[in-house]
Amino acid sequence: MKIVRTIARILAILALMASGSALAQKPIKIGFSMALTGGLAGAGKAALIAMEIWRDDTNKNGGLLGRPVEFVYYDDATQPAKVPAIYTKLLEVDKVDLVVSSYGTNEIAPAMPIVMRKKLVFPSLFGLAVNDEFKYNRYFQIMPSGPEPKTDWSKGFFELAMAQNPKPKTIAIVSADAEFSLNAAGGARKNAQRLGMKIVYDKTYPPSTTDFTPIVRAIQATNPDIVYVGSYPPDSVGMVKAANEVGLAAKMFGGSMVGLQFAAIQKNLGPMLNGIINYDFWVPEPTLDFPGVKEFLAKYQDAAKGKGVDPLGHYLPPYAYAYLQVLGQSVQAVKSLDQAKLAAHMHKTTFDTVVGKVKFGSNGEWAKSRVLFVQFRDVQPNNLEQFAGPGKRIVLHPKEWKSGEIVYPYKK
Amino acid sequence: MLSLDLFANAIVAGVLLGGFYAAVAIGLAIAFGQLDIVNIAHPAFVIVGSYIAYIVNTHFGLDPVLIGVLVAPVFFLVGVGIYRIYYAAFERTGQESLSGLAFFFGLMFIIEVVLILVYGVDYRLVRAGYIGETIEVGFVGIPLRMLVPFVVAITCTSAIYLYLSRTFTGRAILAVAQDRLALQLMGADPVRIKQFAFGLAIATTAIAGSLLIIIGPVEPSVGRLYIGRVFAIVVLGGMGSISGMFIAALILGIVETLVATFMGPSWAPAVAFGLLLLTLAVRPAGLLGR
Repeated sequence: MKIVRTIARILAILALMASGSALAQKPIKIGFSMALTGGLAGAGKAALIAMEIWRDDTNKNGGLLGRPVEFVYYDDATQPAKVPAIYTKLLEVDKVDLVVSSYGTNEIAPAMPIVMRKKLVFPSLFGLAVNDEFKYNRYFQIMPSGPEPKTDWSKGFFELAMAQNPKPKTIAIVSADAEFSLNAAGGARKNAQRLGMKIVYDKTYPPSTTDFTPIVRAIQATNPDIVYVGSYPPDSVGMVKAANEVGLAAKMFGGSMVGLQFAAIQKNLGPMLNGIINYDFWVPEPTLDFPGVKEFLAKYQDAAKGKGVDPLGHYLPPYAYAYLQVLGQSVQAVKSLDQAKLAAHMHKTTFDTVVGKVKFGSNGEWAKSRVLFVQFRDVQPNNLEQFAGPGKRIVLHPKEWKSGEIVYPYKK
Repeated sequence: MLSLDLFANAIVAGVLLGGFYAAVAIGLAIAFGQLDIVNIAHPAFVIVGSYIAYIVNTHFGLDPVLIGVLVAPVFFLVGVGIYRIYYAAFERTGQESLSGLAFFFGLMFIIEVVLILVYGVDYRLVRAGYIGETIEVGFVGIPLRMLVPFVVAITCTSAIYLYLSRTFTGRAILAVAQDRLALQLMGADPVRIKQFAFGLAIATTAIAGSLLIIIGPVEPSVGRLYIGRVFAIVVLGGMGSISGMFIAALILGIVETLVATFMGPSWAPAVAFGLLLLTLAVRPAGLLGR
């Protein structure tokens, strides 16, 4: 009797193991570094939440190639110098199957030489023109900055300006002394020169700047029609407040101000934002209601509670989910982890993601730019919920996603 | 581009900015200038002050400056506690120069990491009626967001200056910096005096923190941007001189704004620190140093 019972138990255990076979298989490990502390940690943590939602969704649907997905990641503390060591460890020690990038240009570039040596596909999250230098044909960047990221970035802003009557003639360009904003300002400069605009102010400021009123006053003194700003979150806040205090009289104000996409900053600046035209990647306007994005945001907003990250998650999280969707869909389509096959598939396919249809060009950037220029409208003070729905950030450009008309000249 | 109104506005903005710098540097002028304690964690305490202002302001709507003043006594006690540890671990054994520096470095990282773990890494801001408002005096615009910190800084600096020069404990603090043994012979306990002074230095960071978050958004590691600047102000003013520190802060503020307005903001730190080097070459003891 005892022997029978033991055999029955063993059989039961084997049956249980067999039923969970998909998840009992060796997991597919996806490795990456992420800024979980330091200056970019706000975005990095939000990205991680989105990525974990994708992992859980994927595992719920049976994983990839019938294998569960597992993340191996390390905090790069927003220090580019840490990134090469992290990717070396991921590949040599942790033996991950796939890699994706950290968030942001400065953290992506240092990983490139390591990833390129191993000939891995490298989906990347919000790098501006990283591949201009490397020209790596297995690099796929999810931010919709377009095939010529530096100039495409601000093209929409200038097209909007040139559509006005009378056309603006002078421009002031101001940017932070840092990689992204310098690139953005450089692109704006080229666009302005191409259109024959006179650049009346063109300066950079150090990231340690405390008070922006002297800068805005100096800009005001040159009396520009347009003010194009390339700034990071603390400076964007400083710049908007200073413009408000000085009473900046430009006809168009905005450009590449990072931070104005984040709910906490939007809530605090409130009506000071009205009229500003700034870049964005996704806003809750009816024209951008892609399949799955609302469901994803509901999950994100639930997971983000109490974690000190952006509570609405409109800016980065959908793209952090989408760059893994691209990778996951490719693995399923080619039915293997063969990097050459994956790269070939990613080059030729149009992917359906929560950020809409994604098609990569030959340099791994989006084949066509979809940098949105949105104008803040009718923003009320101290109200976070107003940004959850449509009507506060009107899409002006590109035309196919447009949700309203521009208010011009820029006014308070 | 050189116009009178631009120049006047730049000077006013510089004076206001300098006032804010003074509020951040005053605690360090006591700790570093007078007690020879290289408190590299000073800006980190300022950030703690900012976070407390943020939390109380968000939940109860209290004015940030008022919050800073109310929390200052708690910071004082924290400062006293930290000095006790510093004294017992390093100063008593004469290891304060290098080990003490490492201690404050460590403290800075611990503060940053705790803030990140508890409150996350999002930028925090406060709300107050005067943020975003400007007073126009002729062609000069004075943003209240900068004026309020300036007024608070003047009040703080004057109060500490008077306290140090007019009261027994204040004079004892000045004395402990000069001659510890002589102070002991006068019947005062140098350790208690230094402990009190360090408490005072940390108490000022509560107020400075509330001013910082009035001016702009704050996240846990933003304090690092101020380390170089506040040490430079204390050294430029002359170690141990409160009035020298205030003048140095004003000079740094005015130079930064003038350069930002007329030459380009990128040059501002280079010119300001160049000025520091020049001053130290001519007056190695600083502006009002002994």
